[in-house]
Amino acid sequence: MEFFLEPLQYAFMVKAIIVSSAVGAVCALLSCFLILKGWSLLGDAISHAVLPGVVIAYILGIPFGIGALFFALVAVLMIGLVKNHTKIKEDAVMGIVFTTLFAFGLILISRTASAVDLMHVLFGYVLGISDGSALFTIIAALSVAALVLAFRRTLLLYCFDATHAQTIGIPVRFVHYSLLTLLAITITSSLQTVGIILVIAMLITPGATAFLLTKRFGAMLEIAVATSVGSSVSGAYMSYYLDISTGGAIVFVQGLIFLAVFAYTLARPIRERPAKGIASEPKQA
Amino acid sequence: MMIDKSKLAIDIQGVDVHYHGFAALRDTSIQIEHGTFSGVIGMNGAGKSTLFKVVMGLVRPTRGRAIVCERTPRQAQKIGCVAYVPQSEQVDWDFPISVYDVVMMGRYGAQNIFRSPRGDDRARVEGALERVGMAEYRDRQIGELSGGQRKRVFVARALAQGAEILLLDEPFAGVDAKSERALTELLVSFKAEGKTIILSTHELTSLTEYCDHVALVKHTVVAYGPTEEVFTRDLVSHTYDGIVHRVAFAK
Repeated sequence: MEFFLEPLQYAFMVKAIIVSSAVGAVCALLSCFLILKGWSLLGDAISHAVLPGVVIAYILGIPFGIGALFFALVAVLMIGLVKNHTKIKEDAVMGIVFTTLFAFGLILISRTASAVDLMHVLFGYVLGISDGSALFTIIAALSVAALVLAFRRTLLLYCFDATHAQTIGIPVRFVHYSLLTLLAITITSSLQTVGIILVIAMLITPGATAFLLTKRFGAMLEIAVATSVGSSVSGAYMSYYLDISTGGAIVFVQGLIFLAVFAYTLARPIRERPAKGIASEPKQA
Repeated sequence: MMIDKSKLAIDIQGVDVHYHGFAALRDTSIQIEHGTFSGVIGMNGAGKSTLFKVVMGLVRPTRGRAIVCERTPRQAQKIGCVAYVPQSEQVDWDFPISVYDVVMMGRYGAQNIFRSPRGDDRARVEGALERVGMAEYRDRQIGELSGGQRKRVFVARALAQGAEILLLDEPFAGVDAKSERALTELLVSFKAEGKTIILSTHELTSLTEYCDHVALVKHTVVAYGPTEEVFTRDLVSHTYDGIVHRVAFAK
């Protein structure tokens, strides 16, 4: 009991645990949609692309969330623009856009901020989060989570069968950009907790872990959130007792959970495994 | 929805569709009546899918006009009068979604923005599942079904939607002969109730058994009409660039 209570005497630890859990929960919700839609790389792209926004906000002295969100949306629009007007495939377009913006951010950072600041942006520093940032993160996370849950059926239909969505009159383009905007807000709000690099894991691992365990989307959301929040809390404790990076600990625990679940699915008797596309009947010759 | 079935189900006049400067359809016209069963045939890349997309309002013709249920395709979308049954390869069968969930998606167009199902929606979904004989599989994940069952789930979705026009994109690919027959019998029974069935297929041998109309597509609608008038050796041979074997033609 002492083990669990001791860190909670410190306000910075309480804040870190609450913020990490909120971020973990909202990332987990989105990760379920992203891995089903095949958008994992997009989370990667947006998270890198926000770097110049963070640095410019730092220079101007405005909340860095605003700069990050602006560049997240710039990245999304640029990816869409280049993809729609060239023959280049989307993964290559994303690669070009996010590395260019990331490089721009590195250039800015090399002239303005310290190496410590760079480390915090890249890898997070939740233990040092200010009250204002903590509040911003929690409000953003809760808002996105509420929207995703409220519109989960429409989002799921969009991921599963966008053609059907369009033929019954759902504004598919609007849904597409809404999901991207929610992703951008989520990434922005996660920056201070796990940083630009590790947020990618937060947006993939919980959904992938849950996907291994269930054939039901509702259960997938629950498992993803549970493992992600569990990872956040245990990561925060690990960083307190072992004096290690909080973001690193959180993502490492997520990875361990994924490996454990993967091992479990391999060891499980075959008949209990979720069927992996039972062969369709052979076509008549 | 109010649809006058004495009018045309689909009326396409002089439509051109271009993709990136390439003409997928040129000066295409076709008039399809309600309560008919049409087979759309033609080689891969001949424009069958593009024709479907025009009807569904997914592509905007660069020229000509398309009328569906006396409305623009977009207005027809809003009242849900057209349903599309996708090709098997377009569906992610590992998706964590049950048979019931898929069929419920047919109701989304008629629901509020949160898509929360009401009693009427559930009743329609149950009815559609019963109708296609998939009620006992309602809780199965969609990947745990045979090829024929998978098709019937999407047909049930179209029924739950209340669509008057069903477009099926190569529904017999990956489906055995017995399931193909079960599926066509189901579709013929919908036709008897006044629904309009349009399917694209490469199965030319069995076509004449269930299609009362045939459309031949080769970058335009070469011919459309009653099967016995259109499904002839000359016309089909023209559509397939002369490569047609062992097909039971009308004449």
